[in-house]
Amino acid sequence: MSDKPEKLITDDGLRLDGRHADEIRPMKIEIGVLSRADGSCYLEWGRNKILVGVFGPREAHPRRLQRADTAVIRYKYNMASFSVEDRARPGPSRRSIEISKVSREAFEPVIMAELFPKTAIDIFVEVLQADAGTRTAAINASSIALADAGVPMKGLVTSCAFGKVDGQIVLDLNKEEDNYGEADFPVAMTQDGDITLLQMDGHLTSDEIKKGLELVKKGCKEILEIQQAVLRKKFETPVEETEEEATGIESEVVEAELSLEYATEAAAVDDIIEEIEGPEEELSEETAEACAVNEEAPECEKLEEIIKEAEAEVVEGETIEEVIEAEIENETEEEAFEDEAEFEANLEASYEEVSEPEKLAESELEETVSEEAELVPEIEEFNEEEAQPEAEAQLEEPVGVEEQSQPEEEAKLEELEESQLEEEVQLEEEVEIEKISPKETFESESEIESEAESRKEAPAEQAVEVEEEAEEEKCKGPWKVVKDPSESGSRGENDE
Amino acid sequence: MSEVIATLKKDYIYNLMIKGRRQDGRGFKDFRDIKLETNIISKAEGSAKVTLGNTQVLVGVKLQTGTPFPDSQDEGVIITNLELNPIASPEFEPGPPREDAIEMARVVDRGIRESGAIDIKKLCITVGESVWIAYIDVHVLNDDGNIIDASCLAAIAALMTTFVPNEQQGIGMNVPLAMKEIPVGVTLAKIGSKLMVDPSLDEEAVCETKLTVVSSSDGSIAGMQKMGPAPFTEAEVLEAIDMAREKAAELRELYLEGLSKRE
Repeated sequence: MSDKPEKLITDDGLRLDGRHADEIRPMKIEIGVLSRADGSCYLEWGRNKILVGVFGPREAHPRRLQRADTAVIRYKYNMASFSVEDRARPGPSRRSIEISKVSREAFEPVIMAELFPKTAIDIFVEVLQADAGTRTAAINASSIALADAGVPMKGLVTSCAFGKVDGQIVLDLNKEEDNYGEADFPVAMTQDGDITLLQMDGHLTSDEIKKGLELVKKGCKEILEIQQAVLRKKFETPVEETEEEATGIESEVVEAELSLEYATEAAAVDDIIEEIEGPEEELSEETAEACAVNEEAPECEKLEEIIKEAEAEVVEGETIEEVIEAEIENETEEEAFEDEAEFEANLEASYEEVSEPEKLAESELEETVSEEAELVPEIEEFNEEEAQPEAEAQLEEPVGVEEQSQPEEEAKLEELEESQLEEEVQLEEEVEIEKISPKETFESESEIESEAESRKEAPAEQAVEVEEEAEEEKCKGPWKVVKDPSESGSRGENDE
Repeated sequence: MSEVIATLKKDYIYNLMIKGRRQDGRGFKDFRDIKLETNIISKAEGSAKVTLGNTQVLVGVKLQTGTPFPDSQDEGVIITNLELNPIASPEFEPGPPREDAIEMARVVDRGIRESGAIDIKKLCITVGESVWIAYIDVHVLNDDGNIIDASCLAAIAALMTTFVPNEQQGIGMNVPLAMKEIPVGVTLAKIGSKLMVDPSLDEEAVCETKLTVVSSSDGSIAGMQKMGPAPFTEAEVLEAIDMAREKAAELRELYLEGLSKRE
């Protein structure tokens, strides 16, 4: 049993573990660590180790728990008996029952349970090692696991606590600070900053609470970035593989086609987040920051360069009509496997519009083409409920040849695609909200994503690198990840 | 608690809320009538019954000797339990406590513990060997909404009238339990965009979410708990804290401060 340290905050304003008052502990997240669960996540936050598995939506048992209008959400927080200093008695304690309840309520506003009547969504949390802040860590991990399971959510839930230590408001308490501090204030919030979990014990004035809530907002924002980066890393990888193969460079990874199926669905969750959050460039910068994967920043720059070049060429190049013609040709080739007759009809329509008015403004032309040529085939695709041919077609397509013959058009194409993509994304976003069936949206989005990605010609080696990294991590398994030598002094999490 | 409520009634309560009114004619900051009785169970070392509108809660405090926890050898122990008695509502069933009963018990406990209401050092008989264990048992007798505030009030009132039965152990005279603080819990229900204190049963069924704030006599906050599925905005939380502090001060003055001047 350790005694209270003399000072929890040293004279130079640092905390016992060297953090500043507004700093969170280092967080590490792994996704998809359990093969039998629909979604899973392993999270380390400081010395906390949390494992979360999500099952469902699946049939609710016992059946009297079923609800005719919505899914029931069940959240079970459980501490392993060895997770704390003094062995915890196995089974639910009053503390864990309370935490399960408030955590479930933290997720109820974001999970779109009304889409799955009569089912249950089970979230099982195992605290393997506890070091203060386990409920917040569990919520962060559950968020990821739910996304991994492809459960439709309005956004991620992020959680962080603040507290008072030596009279000072600090973010994310560690064990010593929790034991000897004056207050603990866990909060969970949605991406919009709505508070979905709020608990507090200790001694705080309302001014301190105001200050603390500001800190927590900052902390949650940082955690959200980490969460998003992890999801993006997992679910963007297969998309990049497609791009390699489409550009004719053979990849040694054979898994691409297998993982694609699952990836579309789950990537959608991330995609939604992405759209809400803002432009892509910004996000990949975040990724780089959060993951400390520095390769991604150069990619960003390269992309921008390519876009700039393309723009320049279009300005000096031939008439826009030519560009559009090339574009349509390209489209035709790509979508050749589709219902050809209908597609051609559509093409003709767009041809007519293109050839008729020379006076039409540039932007108007672009709009026409993008709407006609881009949306129609995709919608048809949904009707036929075929997700895979898209990818296959791209693989078969001899893009390499095209590159040689029409390099200029290619560049212009890219520029066009860019603008189309923007429009598309906006459109999608509007539709998104009203759409009842999420699956359609998901597929369309990932398609757009993959098309866009493939044409942007991100350096292929990089994609391979990312993939290799992911592979490596998968092999490791969650258990031997981090050996923290300072792990000796952790006390048991007492029942308040 | 989650009693089925007719959609009509729900609309009715919503519409009233928009006009700034409540079903029973109260303002958003008005409690129902409160009646507090103390020392009604002579077998218990302390007891209190709170009647809040039709909600009735009875708290009994028993003190027994026991061993201290290893990490607090010189401190007494507080154990709070809350029973949703089946006589209190057709919704309640016999059996192990439901999660909301556990949650409420823990919120009551947190308020008393974290505000430092009881001087637990004075409950120590022999360091490391023998201390007083205070069992605070909350019995809900009739549920007409806002059990939690009634429980907080009854628990602290019962503790303020509790004596330490030293004579029973042959270690001196019976003395009043040493109290240092009077925490008061106030719960705000969020209906639409409005916050209101002391939700009735119907309002509880309609409200999206509730926030309980336990505050001490200096206006500082000793415990908070959000209960219910819907979120709060930050501004609402801050507004709720202010409302709760204001109401807590009123309740403390009206019902509790008189108790501490007892003989």
